[in-house]
Formats: sequence, structure tokens, C-alpha cells
Amino acid sequence: MVPFAGYSMPVQYDFKGELAARCKGGVMAEHLHCREKAALFDVSHMGQAMLHGHGTAAALERLVCGDIAGLKPGRQRYTLLTTEAGGIIDDLMVANLGPEGLFLVVNASRKAVDFAHIGTVTPVKVLEDRALLALQGPAAAAVMARIAPGAADLPFMGIARLMVADVTCLVSRSGYTGEDGFELSVPRGMTVTLANRLLQQPEIVPAGLGARDSLRLEAGLCLYGNDIDETTSPVEAGLTWAIGKRRRLAWDFPGGPAIRAQLDNGPSRRRAGIRPDGRAPAREHTAILTPDGQEMAGEVTSGGFGPSLNAPMAMGYVRRDLSDDGSKLSLMVRGKPLPATVVPLPFVPHRYVR
Amino acid sequence: MPGKNSDTRFTKEHEWVRLDGDIVTVGITDHAQQQLGELVFIELPALERDVAAGEACAVVESVKAASDVYAPLAGRVAEINETIVEDPEIVNNDAEGEGWFFRMEIDDPAAFEELMDQEAYDEYLETL
Repeated sequence: MVPFAGYSMPVQYDFKGELAARCKGGVMAEHLHCREKAALFDVSHMGQAMLHGHGTAAALERLVCGDIAGLKPGRQRYTLLTTEAGGIIDDLMVANLGPEGLFLVVNASRKAVDFAHIGTVTPVKVLEDRALLALQGPAAAAVMARIAPGAADLPFMGIARLMVADVTCLVSRSGYTGEDGFELSVPRGMTVTLANRLLQQPEIVPAGLGARDSLRLEAGLCLYGNDIDETTSPVEAGLTWAIGKRRRLAWDFPGGPAIRAQLDNGPSRRRAGIRPDGRAPAREHTAILTPDGQEMAGEVTSGGFGPSLNAPMAMGYVRRDLSDDGSKLSLMVRGKPLPATVVPLPFVPHRYVR
Repeated sequence: MPGKNSDTRFTKEHEWVRLDGDIVTVGITDHAQQQLGELVFIELPALERDVAAGEACAVVESVKAASDVYAPLAGRVAEINETIVEDPEIVNNDAEGEGWFFRMEIDDPAAFEELMDQEAYDEYLETL
């Protein structure tokens, strides 16, 4: 167990009994089990909130770069809260629940900041009484078809209130692993019951923070605080796809003019996928140098070993002239420059249902 | 290579140390291996490197983190186990045997006696 954003959370599990027969346990085994079958993550540390009432979409659009007014009922979207300078306050999911309002899921470490910020434009009802479970992996749909009628019919980024093993949940088809999967927002008192029902399904084992991190890094997904923060822009981070088409005509969100100018002129650095040529992983804060090792060219923001990739992998911000796929770099690991190459993200192809 | 029943001592950093004449064989304990999980990368010291007692001289990396391995005693690196660099899993499978890291000529054989024996190490693990 480790402290994480004010919570005590498991890095990995040591399985006993029936779970041990399904999976050896440990970061690597949990990671591979998720890609092969399915894994259950307790992500209740994430912040959940509702925005009720009329005009909330327009109000939220004053703070985020996404098209929220155009989000159809039953649909969810990834978006960014931006600063006036064009930095990223947080990345979050926004879902349209129809007459109920907008449902938000934000990063644990940014809950207080986000909800205070959004509270300046519209009342925020923080859902303290709900937990969040993520069921991820190619077998997730078959499991849900068995215990949650209707869930397997949800499209990618669809969301609906459904019964899951007799518990009413808000179910979205989304996740943070690159696999098909579901996130279940569940009343706090029913969480353990539901988790146990899910773990009775033979395809599923629980997975900890370690596997969650290696899965999302293989999928090329950003971790707030590592890969994006208030000093990185959506253009540098390669997240301009999160800016709605309509919003790109008006640029009427915080940092809009700065982000537009950066798009026009090109950013000085870009988030890139990096593969060390050898077997040594380069961890976060590793210095990125020019291939001759003579000049600074950036810094690794997330790095480790990819169990499915069976190789080390990293993401980091790289000087623009060295950020194209195939560019050669040098990573300073324990005082030695190690050769590396810029590669396209994700490292492991996404397998979302489309 | 000395057998597992040779005189073996342990450090608080979870290295094991086996004495054979004035040469010691060094590795990480089974407890350390379990705590680290599957190893994916190992870096060993250069041959003939002079090391001080407690000096970081090898690195083990799992999916989640990198950890140092320390020289348990002062001396000079005499031999390294290249097979664990090729296949780090050997350390997970047999940490206190085939998964040895390096051998060193030690400066002071008496210092070996000051390391924990098996009983003392087992007691130390209970306190963690």
C-alpha cells in the first residue's frame, strides 16, 4: 500500500486462493492479465461531481476547450480545463446525462482546484457518496453482458444508468488502459458488494496502481502532474484533438488566443513517445539530450518498462526539431548517455470498441 | 561456486554474501526479489572496480522502479554474472543461487563476520 493523492492505495496485489489460480499477482502479471482477459481497478480516489440546471454546458464551456453544448445525451467526452496562459489545470471526463445534468470525473490530485474553479461559473454538486470501479480488458464486455443487461450495447464513450449485478450504477464505456472496458460509478455503500460480485467472474482479477500506470503509459495516455500540468499546453501535449471544432472558430476559452498562436507558429517542444534502444528503462525526470549528448533537448515525464511491449518506454517533452518519429535522442541514465528513438504513440495499439 | 550451505551473511539492504577463501559472492535475497517483483533490467559493476562498503554498485529495475544494490564489504569486483543481465528472471527464480550478481576480493575478511547471519537476518525481516 502506498499513499496517493491523500488515499492509501495498493501498488500491486499478492493473490491468495482462487485469485492466485487466475493470476500470479504483481505489476507485470496484473498488467498482462488485463490485456489478455480483464482487470478490476478501484479508482474511487477520482473526483465525481454533477452540474445540475439549465445553461450548465454553456457555463462549463467558459472554462474548458471542448464542445460541451454539442455533447449528446448518453455521451461522454475527454476535455481540458485551461489557464489564461494556455496551460492545463486538469484533464477530465464530461458526460451528458440528459435532464439530470452533466456528470464529471476529475483527477484525485486536482479535485479541490477543479471544483472551486468550476464553482465560479456554475454550482458543483460533489458526489462524495460514490465510488468508482474500472473494469478493463478484452473480456470486460462478455462479463458485463452476463451481469449488466444493456452494458455491452454501449458504444465507446457512451454512458447510461444500468443495473450491474443488482446494483444501480452509472456505467460508461471508457477507461485508462487502451483496452475496451467500463467505468462504474457506484453508491459507496454498495461498492464492496459489487466488487466481490465482479471478482466472482472467472476472467477478472484486481489490479493495482502499478499496472494502471504501465497500462496507461503503453496506451500513450497522459498522467496529470507528470505529462501535463499548468506549464504544458494542449499543443505541446498533442491534445489539440480535445479542442472542439466549434471552439476552434471562436477560441473563446481560457488561453484560447495563446493556444491558437502556438498552433499557428508551432510549439517549441512536443510530447513524444520514446523507445530506449537498449533494455534500460529511463524514468521520469531523466534528461533528454541531442544524439551526440552535447545539448539538452528535453525531459522524460513518464518512463518505465512495458510488460506487453516487452521493452522500456518513455514519454517526454522534446525540442521540436528532434520530436518527429524516427528522430534519434540520447537519454542520460545514471550519468551515461543511452541512445533512444522517437516513436509514434501509443506504444501498444488501442483496442476500443468503435 | 560455493554451495548454499557455505557461510552466508546478510545486509540490511537485503544483499546476501557468501564467503569462499578471500572471495565473496554477492546477490540479493529472496525477500528482496519478492518485494521488487519481476526484474526487467540489471546493471552490474565493471570488473576490477574498487568499491567501498555500502557503495551502490549495481542496479535492479522492475516494471515500477529502479533500486540500487550495494557492495556489502570493501574490495574489488573480480567476476560478474552476465547471465542475469541477459535474463533477469533468473534472479526471481533463484535469487540466492544461480541469480548471484558479482564476486569480490575483499580487503578485510574480519568485516565479513560482522554481517548478520541467517538467524539475525530472519529476525531483522520480522521487524520490517
